[in-house]
Amino acid sequence: MNAAPAIRSEPATLDAADRGIVNRLQEGLPLVAAPYAAVAAELGLSEGELLYRLERLLESGVLSRFGPMYHAERLGGGLTLAALAVPEPDYARVTERVNAFPEVAHNYRREHRLNMWFVLATETPERIGEVIAAIETATGLPVYNMPKQEEFHVRLHLPV
Amino acid sequence: MSVSTCPSEPGASSADRPDGLDALDRAIVVATQAGLPLVPDPWTAVGKPLGLDGDAVRERLARMQDAGIIRRVAAVPNHYRLGYVANGMTVWDVDDAQVDRLGREVARVPGVSHCYRRPRHLPAWPYNLFVMLHGRTRDEVERQAEQLRQRLGDACRDHRILYSSRILKKTGLRLAGRSDRQDPPR
Repeated sequence: MNAAPAIRSEPATLDAADRGIVNRLQEGLPLVAAPYAAVAAELGLSEGELLYRLERLLESGVLSRFGPMYHAERLGGGLTLAALAVPEPDYARVTERVNAFPEVAHNYRREHRLNMWFVLATETPERIGEVIAAIETATGLPVYNMPKQEEFHVRLHLPV
Repeated sequence: MSVSTCPSEPGASSADRPDGLDALDRAIVVATQAGLPLVPDPWTAVGKPLGLDGDAVRERLARMQDAGIIRRVAAVPNHYRLGYVANGMTVWDVDDAQVDRLGREVARVPGVSHCYRRPRHLPAWPYNLFVMLHGRTRDEVERQAEQLRQRLGDACRDHRILYSSRILKKTGLRLAGRSDRQDPPR
């Protein structure tokens, strides 16, 4: 268990103002001169209250990030989804090795024979293959590379 | 695809890059990839170390957003902390001749956050359509999956729901941070 960083996963208790902020800011910040003041006004909060709460939501892990969401390929980068079938006794060790790669942006344990699924983001498309080869060497396991071939929809919105 | 992402010095003017970004745009990307500053005027805060004023930062971000290089400037939630404890990656083995049409169709089902076509790895992995579903319970995700199943009809031979049981890492993308790039430990 010590291989994985402490990412809290228990549901948080949010009051109405926090819920309003989470819902509104998933939609996107307006690119105006004082953007937080504009959103705060919409939500009936002061700018200071919004910033204070937003910082707290990030610190407590309710939000994992706040900022520009980049389209990796349009930035000239490489992006792929990949999976490993990790033997259970090795799971912690393999997690540590895979997570050590800075190119691993997300990594999830999933219930399947392919039980580790991670997203690789690299500066160039060519680098994806190199990182996959390095992960195979580091873990001794074959990597199933599943780059997207067609994108039909991307829009995460979780109302609270 | 061969794309150079090596930026020239910040402040240098744009070479015609395939992605249409100049060195200052990329410097803004690097400066904001950990997040946008939580101060009343975040644009000025981002621009100051780059020698840009706030309006210039805002205009450049707006241009990148219009071009789809930035999807939006927004909050990324931790599903679990919001009570979405059932996060199912549903995967479907769909007839190749129909998968693109059907993918566009099921992408419109409420609850779907991401929908992609990906390669099979036969025989271990026969699934070519990936649809992410999020619910507060597994029952909720299974009801959504049943709706997808009905829309896919006979074109779908098999499917699975792979629930995530643990977040092992979630740092977001680190695309352009050349200065902090490092080789992984061996």
